[in-house]
Amino acid sequence: MSGGRPWFRILSLVLGFAFLYIPIVSLVVFSFNESRLVTVWGGFSTKWYGALAANQQILNAAWLSLKVASITATAAVVLGTLTGMALARFGPFRGRTMLSGLATAPLVMPEVITGLSLLLLFVTMEQLIGWPAGRGMTTIIIAHITFTMAYVTVIVQSRLAQFDESLEEAAQDLGARPAKVFFLVTLPIISPALLSGWLLAFTLSLDDLVVASFVAGPGSSTLPMVVFSKVRLGVSPDINALATILIAVVAIGVAIAGFVMARQQKIRDRDAQMALAANQQMIESMKKG
Amino acid sequence: MNLGALKRLGFRGRTLVASVPYLWLVLFFLIPFVIVLKISFSDAQIAMPPYKPLFEWIGDKMVHIKLNFGNYAFLIEDNLYWKAYLNSIYVAGVSTLLCLLIGYPMAYAIARSSTSTRNVLLLLVILPFWTSFLLRVYAWIGLLKNNGLINNALMAIGVIDQPIQMLQTDFAVYVGIVYSYLPFMILPLYANLEKMDLTLLEAAADLGSRPWEAFLKVTLPLSLPGVIAGCLLVFIPAVGEFVIPALLGDPGMLMIGKVLWTEFFNNRDWPVASAVAIALLLFLVIPIMFFQRAQDAESGGGLHR
Repeated sequence: MSGGRPWFRILSLVLGFAFLYIPIVSLVVFSFNESRLVTVWGGFSTKWYGALAANQQILNAAWLSLKVASITATAAVVLGTLTGMALARFGPFRGRTMLSGLATAPLVMPEVITGLSLLLLFVTMEQLIGWPAGRGMTTIIIAHITFTMAYVTVIVQSRLAQFDESLEEAAQDLGARPAKVFFLVTLPIISPALLSGWLLAFTLSLDDLVVASFVAGPGSSTLPMVVFSKVRLGVSPDINALATILIAVVAIGVAIAGFVMARQQKIRDRDAQMALAANQQMIESMKKG
Repeated sequence: MNLGALKRLGFRGRTLVASVPYLWLVLFFLIPFVIVLKISFSDAQIAMPPYKPLFEWIGDKMVHIKLNFGNYAFLIEDNLYWKAYLNSIYVAGVSTLLCLLIGYPMAYAIARSSTSTRNVLLLLVILPFWTSFLLRVYAWIGLLKNNGLINNALMAIGVIDQPIQMLQTDFAVYVGIVYSYLPFMILPLYANLEKMDLTLLEAAADLGSRPWEAFLKVTLPLSLPGVIAGCLLVFIPAVGEFVIPALLGDPGMLMIGKVLWTEFFNNRDWPVASAVAIALLLFLVIPIMFFQRAQDAESGGGLHR
């Protein structure tokens, strides 16, 4: 390959990835540290995992966060797919620019603004129509859907832009109605994008501190809110244990996703080969006949 | 069923598909800004909610609208807010530049490696993004503090005798922002560099330009859309960043996201917090519109693939 000196490229990668991964590795290593001082090695121990499992506050917050994140991700995928379809497939329609702007602005909007504005909306709505009564899980979920659906929209839209529209047109020509085309042709093709959109929305929701802090009521602390109030007072090894569990889950998830995708690719390749072979056979038989 | 009915059905289906997210975004994204704007003009009061209504009914039919510009006057008069805005923009700008300096060579190296390595490297860039942002910022506390890993390591090899104060400095905030936002810089840059036609470089070489000359005259100008997208993706959120300065920075460090947070949570002054938010939005409106135009031009490609 041309361009640039190889040693420079390798060096920039090594340094860059060291920068990205040393903090993560240090989190994991010191979660197994006997000593309370997170940075001085005092021998191997798993006691902080025990401490984590006994911390009811963290467990409650984690359960709330998992519930919020699953509901958020599911709703965000539905809304984001609708938006992505409208933006990628409907051509120019009235209000398209507006929808496109509304759909991508949350990607870059500072969290403090999103959080504050949603809280003020909820307070105003409660005054006007009495809903949502107080703030808690519902308001957190609504807020999270609003900013995560933007990510799903971008993923779905770019996937739709990549694949050939003629497949959908062919189905339509063969008499399938739009809804049928969507469920039988479009949806299966964009399903990997939907999966990554779901996972991304789930992660973003699970991770959000700022927006949740604004729109959560008393007694509905999410996991990041509890973690933040703890680490503000300094490092504590049970948070390292929590981080390690999270990193392990992500690593396993990535491994499974990689495996599934590789297998799907293999199946696709085989199908393509079979189709090619069948095609060849047909041509041969036509030549003979 | 005849064709017209089908079309009508399709059309109605389309309207439905577009209008559901449309309504959601108008209700939960657009209207909230109108409310923030409204409350930024109201007076604070000790009650729940802690602000006075803008519209007051006087007698039977008269509506009395009281616009209070006091909150904005307060922002302009008090030096603290100006300093916070300017400092946020400065910190975000420097961090964006650092991200570009670190991210560009990485994106370049990834785009120029073989396909199989490329996917692995790309995965390695995205992977930290999937673990908690908050916990990754937290990791830096352990690395940067006085008896942290970096100071301990430097003292062990005898470079320094006394720990260097790194935590609770601006340096720590830069490290935190660059660290957290680096993938946002690398991904659009990579997407751009990967698409580049390498024969252009060969042509440049054939015409006698050295590799670095070809880079400056061909690669860099062609990658400008990626540079702009990456910079905006880092700069805009970094201006309003709260978590990183709160955890790694000096408690006295002025960042506008922190000021807004303090006004809201500590001072419980919702009208001033709203005014801070509106002013921040005004600062960001131009870069955000740039970003949207770039997004629309790429029509959603680039960032996530």
